[in-house]
Amino acid sequence: MTFSDSFFASKFGLSQGDLEAYLSLALSQGGDYADIYFEYLATSMIAIDESIVKTATQGVSLGVGVRVISGERTGYAYSDDLSPEKIRKAAKVAAFIASGPAKVDKQPLHEGIKRNLYPVLTAPNEMGFVERVDLVKRAEKAARAYDTRIFQVQATYADSLRHVLVANSDGILNFDRQPMARLSVSAMARENGGAPQNGHAGGGGRVELSFFLNEKTPEHFAGEAARMAIVQLGAVDAPAGESVVVLGPGWPGVLLHEAVGHGLEADFNRKGTSAFSGRIGQQVASPLCTVVDDGTIANRRGSLNVDDEGNPTQRNVLIENGILRGYLQDQLSSRVTGNAATGNGRRESYEHIPMPRMTNTFMMPGESDPEEIIRSVSKGLYCANFGGGQVDITSGNFVFSASESYLIENGKLTRPVKNATLIGNGPEAMKYVSMVGNDLKLDEGVGVCGKEGQSVPVGVGIPTVRIDRMTVGGTGAAA
Amino acid sequence: MIDLARDVIRQALAAGATDAECTISEGEEFSAQVRLGELETLKEAGSRGAGVRVLRGKHTGASYTSDLTPDGIERMVAAAIQLAEITTEDPFAGLAEESEFGSIAGDLKIYSSDVETLATAPRIEMARRAEKAAFDFDPRITNSEGAGFDSRLGHRVFANSRGFAGEYRSSSCSMSVVPVAKVNDKMERDYWFHSSRAFDQLEEPESIGRKAAERTLRRLGSVKVETQRVPVIFEPRTARAILGGIFEAVEGRSVYRQSSFLATKLGERVASENVTVIDDGTIPGLFGTSPFDDEGIPTRRTPVIERGILKSFLLNSYSARKLGMKSTGSASRGITGNAGVGHGNFYLEAGTRSAEELIGSVKNGFYVTELIGSGVNIATGDYSQGAAGLWIRDGELAFAVSEVTVASTLQQILMSVEVGSDLEFRGSVASPTILIGEMTVGGR
Repeated sequence: MTFSDSFFASKFGLSQGDLEAYLSLALSQGGDYADIYFEYLATSMIAIDESIVKTATQGVSLGVGVRVISGERTGYAYSDDLSPEKIRKAAKVAAFIASGPAKVDKQPLHEGIKRNLYPVLTAPNEMGFVERVDLVKRAEKAARAYDTRIFQVQATYADSLRHVLVANSDGILNFDRQPMARLSVSAMARENGGAPQNGHAGGGGRVELSFFLNEKTPEHFAGEAARMAIVQLGAVDAPAGESVVVLGPGWPGVLLHEAVGHGLEADFNRKGTSAFSGRIGQQVASPLCTVVDDGTIANRRGSLNVDDEGNPTQRNVLIENGILRGYLQDQLSSRVTGNAATGNGRRESYEHIPMPRMTNTFMMPGESDPEEIIRSVSKGLYCANFGGGQVDITSGNFVFSASESYLIENGKLTRPVKNATLIGNGPEAMKYVSMVGNDLKLDEGVGVCGKEGQSVPVGVGIPTVRIDRMTVGGTGAAA
Repeated sequence: MIDLARDVIRQALAAGATDAECTISEGEEFSAQVRLGELETLKEAGSRGAGVRVLRGKHTGASYTSDLTPDGIERMVAAAIQLAEITTEDPFAGLAEESEFGSIAGDLKIYSSDVETLATAPRIEMARRAEKAAFDFDPRITNSEGAGFDSRLGHRVFANSRGFAGEYRSSSCSMSVVPVAKVNDKMERDYWFHSSRAFDQLEEPESIGRKAAERTLRRLGSVKVETQRVPVIFEPRTARAILGGIFEAVEGRSVYRQSSFLATKLGERVASENVTVIDDGTIPGLFGTSPFDDEGIPTRRTPVIERGILKSFLLNSYSARKLGMKSTGSASRGITGNAGVGHGNFYLEAGTRSAEELIGSVKNGFYVTELIGSGVNIATGDYSQGAAGLWIRDGELAFAVSEVTVASTLQQILMSVEVGSDLEFRGSVASPTILIGEMTVGGR
């Protein structure tokens, strides 16, 4: 597709000349760099609860954001009205971050790379609603059918189609069509009038609707959610204190996201406020650990053809055999520090200033057999599934909550344990990784990452991993 | 805007809706961020959006748009009508009860024109002063994630097909500082902030900066303690996490779904005599205050727990109908969809002992100043979060502690809590300092 056939050109009559004029105006007060970001977002959501499809919502939002960088300063303004007057007003407001005569020779715009990591012909929200309603109905039915002790089921299907256009004063002009869909199921189980227990599962990606019919069906997610709720019925108190922890493959990769990912975002490192600042080339993890952030994996939730600053995403090695190799860059940090762009400049919407963010973050597989990893532990905790996590990037302390875990006793998984928070210190915890499995798995596609009030979709992944020391926040005896 | 909302309702009824409700929201935001004395970010803009929820009998559909042109509105209404075709009949679906519509009269002091008229330069200067005060406080403050001044103006309109139409404006401004301290190779950060509805009520930048510096410095030199069961004190900022858990356990949806540990406890003792939890959306000037909820019902004061007895859940009209009760004026939503349940100013009433007295009463315990992660399971009451703070030895704050967990159950926490006297509203959830008889601190 060429620019003239693109969404904003054809629907809103935007021309390259218009874009160049807006950028010139943005730079008229002497800024070093300017970009303009157009976004059109259509969303829909359907939810079933108590066997009733109670909620169905759809809508659109659109707008444009103009940014000007002057040294390390950023000026930003946006408008939800795409009329030329309003865009010019936003450009003028953003321009005020600089003061002086225009000084940048703006490059003529040229269209950037053409690739499609998510060749979705018909996005799910371009389909009729009947097929999508059926997904939540099937999920609800399957979760209830799983076990008579399941007494509440909620299933939510949500999708979106985002059209973006980015142009900047370096001459980059990129546009993209970004589909996304997700199905999530939550089930509650109860027995003999005891406390109810939760199970959650979900997934999706930048996929066609057929993904939920052929690859990951509503029954798959429903079965997982119901199974987890039933498992929790027999859970004992989680241990308290330091323990050997084995992470199962897949979603527990959220450990990497919290323990190292955020700490390697270039904004914190440029400012020297991350526990990883100034540590490039140093050993920050066990030599068994190679951690990658890759925005180019086909159809994944965290993938993008171009980031929200118009740079192509790529595969970035963050930690190689335990040695810190690089940071995740956005336009501002790469300009200020003289590093190449890594395709990690992302923003929640046109109302937000881009920041360095993760895409799909995972650990490369090692050599160990997962069974052998569990057998190696005489006393410890096996975490099969997590809820979310959080990190204080300055001290490096991070947490995540284990939503499905089991005691390991004499090399075997024994009893399920209640939800508990695990805490560690980023640059330290990864040094205690003593075994890495050969079973790398990416998560099923549910991740949402929050930073400074902005949420973006991300992916994580990890093989089975043994960590010799982490603190488990239960109330029971030490494991 | 209120005319536009009425027009949306008319269009929805004309398109086949039996009932409809419309929310329109307009906002303007301004933010200035300063770091190391230099302006770092300046952001200024406004946006608006409209949403409609329609009923066709007992079927609902909803939609929203940021395009408020006649075409955009027409498409939005058609989209909601279309969705009412695919939802299931829900016997409890509907608008709020007509007899309960209303709005609190009088000035709630949630809008102040001085926020609107602020010039850019003084706002930047205030952020700069706050950060400078943090740096001047102590040479160990070596870095900063910056200081910010933010302000927002909002305008909210709500109308429905049973005759309610109302609107209100709101304003807020806030200042925050995030200093970073470094000793040897260890870095710590903390923050402090203040926000208010009116500019002239904002605290002095210097006091915010000094407090932020003080909080950051006291985290230096932290150790990880041994795993043990001890009394735990939550300062007001961290006690809010416990209160947030209580809110989730009393909000209508988790009650009618039987997914809260408090769902079957109405009228029973759920907490110690010391505990009175109130939700009050009517207190002038606060962040949880509004004249009516997001279904057009006046906000009010609702005692949720009174001297340890669970007195009331917090309900919107839907959860009220499900439970055979009355709405507490607690409906909350964005600009579209079925209303959820929110809170007004949700707080734990102050006790009589000062924070110093509570600390002084503990021989060996943990004073929590920072919580990390989400660790409350509302269904079971299980509680587990990452924590940092100060160790209490013989009634004094002795040394910094980090990388530990605190765990218990909300049931046990509520039964063994002592409440301090230092209640202060820095947001819509507020708590004084609280002392919990015993919790598990997970460490080495």
